[in-house]
Amino acid sequence: MEAATARKIRVVVAKPGLDGHDRGAKIIARALRDAGMEVIYTGLHQTPEQIAETVIQEDADAVGLSILSGAHMTLVPRVVALLAEQGVDDVLVTVGGTIPAEDIPELKKLGVAAVFTPGAGTDEIIDFIRAGATERHEREA
Amino acid sequence: MATEPKRKPALEERESEFSTMSGHPIAPLYGPEVAPADPDAEIGRPGEYPFTRGPYESMHRGRLWTMRQFAGFGTVEETNERFHYLLDHGQTGLSTAFDMPTLMGYDSDHVRSLGEVGREGVAVDSLDDMEQLFEGIPLAGVSTSMTINAPAAILLAFYVLVGEEQGVAPEKLGGTIQTDILKEYIAQKEWCFPIEPAMRLVTDMIEWCSQNMPRWHPVSISGYHIREAGSTAQQELAFTLKDGFTYVERALERGLDVDDFAPRLSFFFNAHIDFFEEIAKYRAARRIWAREMRDTYGAKREESMRLRFHAQTAGVSLTAQQPLNNVVRTSLEALAAVLGGTQSLHTNSFDEALALPTEEAVRVALRTQQIIAFESGAPNTPDPLGGSWFVEKLTDEMEAAAYDYFARIDELGGMVEAIRRNFPQREIADAAFTYQRELDQRKRIVVGVNDFVQEDEDETPILRIDPALERKQVERLQGTRARRDGAAVETALAELKRAAASDANLMPPIVEAARARATEGEMIAAMQEVFGTYTESPVF
Repeated sequence: MEAATARKIRVVVAKPGLDGHDRGAKIIARALRDAGMEVIYTGLHQTPEQIAETVIQEDADAVGLSILSGAHMTLVPRVVALLAEQGVDDVLVTVGGTIPAEDIPELKKLGVAAVFTPGAGTDEIIDFIRAGATERHEREA
Repeated sequence: MATEPKRKPALEERESEFSTMSGHPIAPLYGPEVAPADPDAEIGRPGEYPFTRGPYESMHRGRLWTMRQFAGFGTVEETNERFHYLLDHGQTGLSTAFDMPTLMGYDSDHVRSLGEVGREGVAVDSLDDMEQLFEGIPLAGVSTSMTINAPAAILLAFYVLVGEEQGVAPEKLGGTIQTDILKEYIAQKEWCFPIEPAMRLVTDMIEWCSQNMPRWHPVSISGYHIREAGSTAQQELAFTLKDGFTYVERALERGLDVDDFAPRLSFFFNAHIDFFEEIAKYRAARRIWAREMRDTYGAKREESMRLRFHAQTAGVSLTAQQPLNNVVRTSLEALAAVLGGTQSLHTNSFDEALALPTEEAVRVALRTQQIIAFESGAPNTPDPLGGSWFVEKLTDEMEAAAYDYFARIDELGGMVEAIRRNFPQREIADAAFTYQRELDQRKRIVVGVNDFVQEDEDETPILRIDPALERKQVERLQGTRARRDGAAVETALAELKRAAASDANLMPPIVEAARARATEGEMIAAMQEVFGTYTESPVF
């Protein structure tokens, strides 16, 4: 069976910025963990530098950035740029939170793979991350 | 079973079991068999102990609740405009939302503030900003609520000084400042200091206000954020009241007389979508508070036993999908708060799952309250649901659930220790996860989200915050720093640090530093040198 030899998917769930709304981040962290992934939750109030460092140190397949403060257009580009500066270009970057629809195309242009807005189901998120991370593993294999 | 009540078989019911959104089971029927044995003692009359039916005899017949819409965004000028707009449209109290850097004690030019200035509330860095925020608003004539916690003492000092400049003495100022730091560690997660020094600051404020600001509420003990973080109604009730008792205990340890400060403690609850459960929650809260204040903490004055609260409709119940449906959700929630006897109310705007509200959405939210107040007839008699077999039973069960939690928290050594051990945090995370799984599995339906979904929705216009505001605010702040007497600021900050290292009440040196135009971030940093900072070890 493929699962027996497959690497565990590693996901960093991160809370950039100053907002303390961690309900969504914690639910996603737990849902991903229950789905068999290795989840590193950064905790609150992380700088983009701290998040990029965690992603690199943990050799994550994916990072989920949860932002409900309206600062996404400042913070997400910085995380993406910091990862790129360190030569990390194959980590699946996803964003969750109160992101206005008109900001989504711009975030995607930056390289964000998906934006999950209020009402997104955990199964949808699990499936998306699993598909992206599995692809990454196959590329590396 | 022999005692099976006489009713139609369960087969004919839509579900195998019915429960509130918090998972509390609901029986097929409630009747006289669950009626209280001694209604006078257990429920009482409105305005009488144990205040189950309301803190005042005439309730909303005597005085309607205060319609208090929370507002704050961008710069102080814009928020000031929104305040004037709301007052002009019949709002009767002001409520200030601060931005994330202000809530966390960072000045607008701090590196951690980048991208956050004025986004989720208004940026207030110094007394200069506070003066602008209340420009043209006579403080003697309004009651102001300020939603701020870790740096609350500093914002209160700013407000007192604006009053002073208008010729209004502190004892004439009416309003509320949230100051509820325990729920920050539990749920809202905006902190500056470790728990113990933060608790000392809260107690300093209670003490100082009891001596200087008799019309002010120095703490608004808040369940709202606990509920928004995903707790059940029972957890919201239990953790909030336990937080309240903890503040009372600290003030008593300080040597204050319970009847000197307890009448100024107020509460802030969520008004969520499960209508009857919410009403039962408010009723149980009043009864528990009255009993514990009298019997455990020795209150003699009825004012000390009367729980009065502000309510806000549930932000988390709003959906980004088909946002106009949120007007209906908010109406139901607001009606529950009114029937539950609230003293003031904020109704959320229908676009708040998308962004901060537009002016139109805020107007509809305020009109919702006015329709309940003036058209629905709901305020015509106190506690109209009192005596309902279902509501009374649910109130009793809500109370029992709260006492279960009190016992578990006491076993852990009290609320502060329970928080250190992540107990309430874990309970809330578990409840939030359970609820989300129920939505994912469609065991619970949210219209427009996991059922009755509509494709191709029209886009809702949203409020955008101009990114240039951040630069403008930083320039303002730099102007303040350039204009003020730098030596006076240094002296005031050194004095604040000395006071922090002693047992002295911190309010007087904070007022003096604020007067010297020290910024919020400077005062917080000075205290952090003595107190340290806080990092949580998150549980999920």
